[in-house]
Amino acid sequence: MTQILQYLVMPLVHIVVALAAILTFIALNGLILVYVERKVAGFIQRRPGPYEVGPQGLLQPLADALKLMAKQLVMPRGADSILFWAAPLLSFTPVAICLMPIPFGPNLTGWNVNLGILLVLAFSGLNVLALCLAGWSSNNKYSLLGAARAVAQSVAYEIPLLLSVLCIAFTTGSLNFADVTASQSHGLFSWNIFVQPLAFLIFFIAALAETNRAPFDLPEAESELTAGFHTEYSGMGFGLFFLAEYSYMIVVSAVGSVLFLGGWNGPFLSGHWWMLGKIYALILVMMWFRWTYPRVRFDQLLNICWKWLIPLSLMNLLGTALIINLVR
Amino acid sequence: MQDKSSFNLDGDYYSSKFAEQRKGEGDTLILNLGPQHPSTHGVLRVMVELDGEYVRRAEPVLGYIHRMHEKMGEVKTYVQYLPNMGRVDYLHALAWNWAYVGAVERLMGIEVPPRAEYIRVITCELNRICSHLLWWGAYVLDLGGFTPILYAFDDRENIMDILQMVTGSRLTYCYYRFGGVSSDITSEFIAQTRAFVDRFRKRIPMYHDLVTGNMILRGRCEDIGVISLEMAKRYGATGPVLRGTGLPYDVRRAEPYSVYNQIDFDIPVSEAGDAMARYDVRLAELEQSLRIIEQALQQLPDGPYISADVPERIVPPKGEVYFAVEGARGKIGVYLISDGSDKPYRIKLRAPGYSNLHVFAELAQGTILADAISILGSLDLVIPEIDR
Repeated sequence: MTQILQYLVMPLVHIVVALAAILTFIALNGLILVYVERKVAGFIQRRPGPYEVGPQGLLQPLADALKLMAKQLVMPRGADSILFWAAPLLSFTPVAICLMPIPFGPNLTGWNVNLGILLVLAFSGLNVLALCLAGWSSNNKYSLLGAARAVAQSVAYEIPLLLSVLCIAFTTGSLNFADVTASQSHGLFSWNIFVQPLAFLIFFIAALAETNRAPFDLPEAESELTAGFHTEYSGMGFGLFFLAEYSYMIVVSAVGSVLFLGGWNGPFLSGHWWMLGKIYALILVMMWFRWTYPRVRFDQLLNICWKWLIPLSLMNLLGTALIINLVR
Repeated sequence: MQDKSSFNLDGDYYSSKFAEQRKGEGDTLILNLGPQHPSTHGVLRVMVELDGEYVRRAEPVLGYIHRMHEKMGEVKTYVQYLPNMGRVDYLHALAWNWAYVGAVERLMGIEVPPRAEYIRVITCELNRICSHLLWWGAYVLDLGGFTPILYAFDDRENIMDILQMVTGSRLTYCYYRFGGVSSDITSEFIAQTRAFVDRFRKRIPMYHDLVTGNMILRGRCEDIGVISLEMAKRYGATGPVLRGTGLPYDVRRAEPYSVYNQIDFDIPVSEAGDAMARYDVRLAELEQSLRIIEQALQQLPDGPYISADVPERIVPPKGEVYFAVEGARGKIGVYLISDGSDKPYRIKLRAPGYSNLHVFAELAQGTILADAISILGSLDLVIPEIDR
């Protein structure tokens, strides 16, 4: 009886609690990030941003969310209804699993697994399937073009992303996020961003492309494809895609902070504050990019990937492997 | 069999005609951009045949904002028709004002007092800067850069405030009158214009820093939509589109009107003929317009702002007249036939955007969809002007 309790029920309870906590974290962050994004955009564009609803416009994201929830769900005629509604759900759900193995603090890990990095990469890859389904099932030409772009882009950028993460796995010798964090606990210069600067650069660019953020937001390029894959979505269908986009920003920023910026390591403050600060710093950089750069063209995007990022990351990987071999 | 009642499957006359002419082997996709589409700046509709992301064929469909301006000219008196001109091209309304007023003045032989000519030059150039700024912001917006348009609007707002002081309106101006302008400029107007010129001159380098030098932007503009001089002439393209191919043709110099021949300014040209060339020309024109305004303010003579001997009832003699001005988008021409009554017998408006747009069909062939959007933006189209 106690054994069942120990090996079956307790981990289950642990996972359920962790999932609930992560979902709350995501939902709360969705609201915060919408507000932050609009305020950052306002700051960059020399305008105040939202400030009518609540003090300093703090309630604006709530109002937006309420509006989205209250809206009628419209499905175009000729659309595949099952796939059409499955797509936003499929886009959003993997995020919760992606955040499970990430250590947010010394004792704040949803689920400490040895193959954590692999888990995150595998589940974040599911997002592209959702975009593909959304584009296909909408029965809309713009959506279809957006989906085609999303697939080509994700397939291309997954490779440099994996290769740059692999460099870290090589140097640490582990696929466990906790081990990676522990290996960076010897001061600022033990952070992987200083050990592997090229890998960080490649990781960040590929992550921008993976999350479809500007300047790589081609699947939803509104001047060409109106809204790309989510053209036909209204109300919460759109809301879920929107939430998923922000959640993926959190995921890649969290993974980026753990792999390259030392995770929760930092002086004076408790670990989770450092982690949160690093995540938000990366997200702010992503926002800064979005409101500064124009969008790249589709063939340019793939050229950057195939001609620059993949060869560079391969070279980086080989170099890392060589140095590790020599040192040992 | 697909459901025929589904509105995105059955087309109208244009889409079915366009689909019939489907050429090329393999599966192509016929995409209808507009008339409501974020990058068509109004109500332009473009049919494109896509092979993957490549544009096989593109065809603009016009007429969604046709307002019968030319027909209205035949049923309204000369004075009643004045406000129409501000609405043909709402972005460079004063140039259209000028083209019409100038045509009637030439037909009736009305002398415009020098002060009025200078006021026209100043206000028209301010309006040109306004138009170019909007184009600049909107074009970068087409390319996915959100922020520049808000900086452009900051300056544009300034100009609109200045123009509002004398014209009374902010967009669809109706300021020029036969024989002059409707009101004199004030000392406040002059002071604010001077302040604007100084301020804007400092801001142009910032625009270049922020946008022109950007690698991504250059990648989206350079070698895109290359127009040769021959092609531009074939389509009758004018304005920055023509000057982007290397020909320094500017109506202000080619067919001098008003006091432009007493003002020293350059005609910016660029040899490349691509979207970046058109971009460079427009941004260089901003500086030239500032130079013109500065000189005009300096030379501004005293005197009446409207001719005293304009008859109360405008009845031009029988005859034909043509008058052209340089608008922000190119050559604006008004051709007017009078039968001796108080209404024009026929009035023909030459909209530069109309000729410039037709370059698009040929340019877009074989490009990527994103480039086609970039080309469309680089032509600086104002659809109400094209449809008239």
